[in-house]
Amino acid sequence: MTLLDFALGPGLKWSLLIMIAGLTWRVVGVFLGRWRRDLSRPRSEAVVQGGLRTIITRSAPARELEKNIRFQHITGYIWHIGFFATVLLFEPHIAFFESVLGFAWPGLPSHLALVVAAITLAVLVMLTLRRMIHPVMRMITSTDDYVSLIIIISAMVTGIMASTHMFPRYETILAVHILNVELLFIWIPFSKLGHLFFWLLSRYRIGSYFERKGVKA
Amino acid sequence: MPKDQNLGEYLRLQGVSRRGFLKFCSATASLMALPPSAVAQVAEALATARRPSVIWLSFQECTGCTESLTRSHAPTVESLIFDAISLDYHHTLQAAAGHGAEAAREAAQEENKGEYILVVDGSIPVGNPAYSTIAGISNLDMLKNAAQDCFAIVAVGTCAAFGGLPNANPNPTGAVSVSEIIKDKPIINVSGCPPIPAVITGVLAHFLTFGSIPELDSLGRPAAFFGQNIHDRCYRRPFYERGQFAATFDDEGARKGWCLYKLGCKGPTTYNACATVKWNQGTGFPIQAGHGCIGCSEPNFWDKGGFYSPISAGMWGTREQLLGAAAVGAALGVGSAIAARRRQKKAQETVL
Repeated sequence: MTLLDFALGPGLKWSLLIMIAGLTWRVVGVFLGRWRRDLSRPRSEAVVQGGLRTIITRSAPARELEKNIRFQHITGYIWHIGFFATVLLFEPHIAFFESVLGFAWPGLPSHLALVVAAITLAVLVMLTLRRMIHPVMRMITSTDDYVSLIIIISAMVTGIMASTHMFPRYETILAVHILNVELLFIWIPFSKLGHLFFWLLSRYRIGSYFERKGVKA
Repeated sequence: MPKDQNLGEYLRLQGVSRRGFLKFCSATASLMALPPSAVAQVAEALATARRPSVIWLSFQECTGCTESLTRSHAPTVESLIFDAISLDYHHTLQAAAGHGAEAAREAAQEENKGEYILVVDGSIPVGNPAYSTIAGISNLDMLKNAAQDCFAIVAVGTCAAFGGLPNANPNPTGAVSVSEIIKDKPIINVSGCPPIPAVITGVLAHFLTFGSIPELDSLGRPAAFFGQNIHDRCYRRPFYERGQFAATFDDEGARKGWCLYKLGCKGPTTYNACATVKWNQGTGFPIQAGHGCIGCSEPNFWDKGGFYSPISAGMWGTREQLLGAAAVGAALGVGSAIAARRRQKKAQETVL
């Protein structure tokens, strides 16, 4: 069995199974865990609206903080949009999703996807360096963040190398890229990258909690 | 061709002009990635070469490799060179049959001890040798016997080079490649299902010119022919870059000759000379005919998922397995929630 055979076969299968089991474990564990009863008198009954509102309002910086976090906010958007455009609109990736989901969608020309990936990678590297240099950012960055960054950056580097055939053996760099992504699949449920699936739930939860407390956030 | 006649004389008698011969030498030198200065050396060596003895053993095969070579666009210099070797044993092509044929093989082995080239096509069944025998001799025994005094072995076709189709899961005959049995002789794997005729003549030309085997890649294939993947040399590559793919074999993309990646083309992971040397008098190759590369020159190509599944599709299991994983995760979630509740309750009781 070659490295690519392993990556496309058992590696892919087991990483997906671990990711799904891990994500389900986290969601079920949180929902069935003991929730502290709030004995205070609710300031508002519109907790659902509050939760939904927060999902939207948290997508833009709070006006009071806007000036201070504008850079982080814009670069964060660039990196997230670029990352998902690369993942979802690069044709070989679409072929993978089609094999899992059974349907496909139009993609970007490979050259354009490559430009998007390169910009995304550059922004991510810049944000990582800032995280390492900026005193406040450094204090709030944990090992979890650094591991996530290393896995994502290496996945993007190997992906760009594979798509541009910048490595002597295409199948080797493709296998390394796929294994890297599989490591990401396994890492997602057990790290902060879980926000990929939980960001809506957590925003809703915070929003509805604040609404009950009478806080407009 | 008489044994004492050299190749140059033979080709002249066959009506091949000096210009035609040099053209072939240039093409062969180019194919073998030799510098232009080597053309004269190739020409001189080939013109004065004595016909080498070749013993061709066919084991578990479909005769496609022999068909590929003998039905190459004859008459060409390549085919004449193929004619010009002393093919002392080939049970598909030889006139002799039965014990007479075997006696010819044994005589050729004895007469050319240490000098003959052994060509093998087909895999060797080792699970049960009775699956394939010739004159009552198992393929395994015949290979071991013929290999012991040969100069080098050319494993022609993916079956001989890597096990090929007979080796595909569940491999009922226990088929193996030549290199899994013979360890003490140089082996040149000319893989492909079938291999390109020019590649085998190129290997022979190299042997006649330099008296040695060509540079090989990690899979024992001549690096000059198997050094680059199909995708890098494919004329449809620009469509891949533009993101223009045929989604079915009869859609607009297919009619316009767009990239066949989504239809399962294995070009990016397949190393062969199809896109450059081509087939049928250099007129085309499978991708040019509208079908994706099936990766036939790579080991285990039969077992690498479907021919029509894109490379990136992967074998991720079944939806049932994914649901099973979700069920396991849910069970773990319930378990951890119960444990957390117990822990919290105990802590609360301790405080009270």
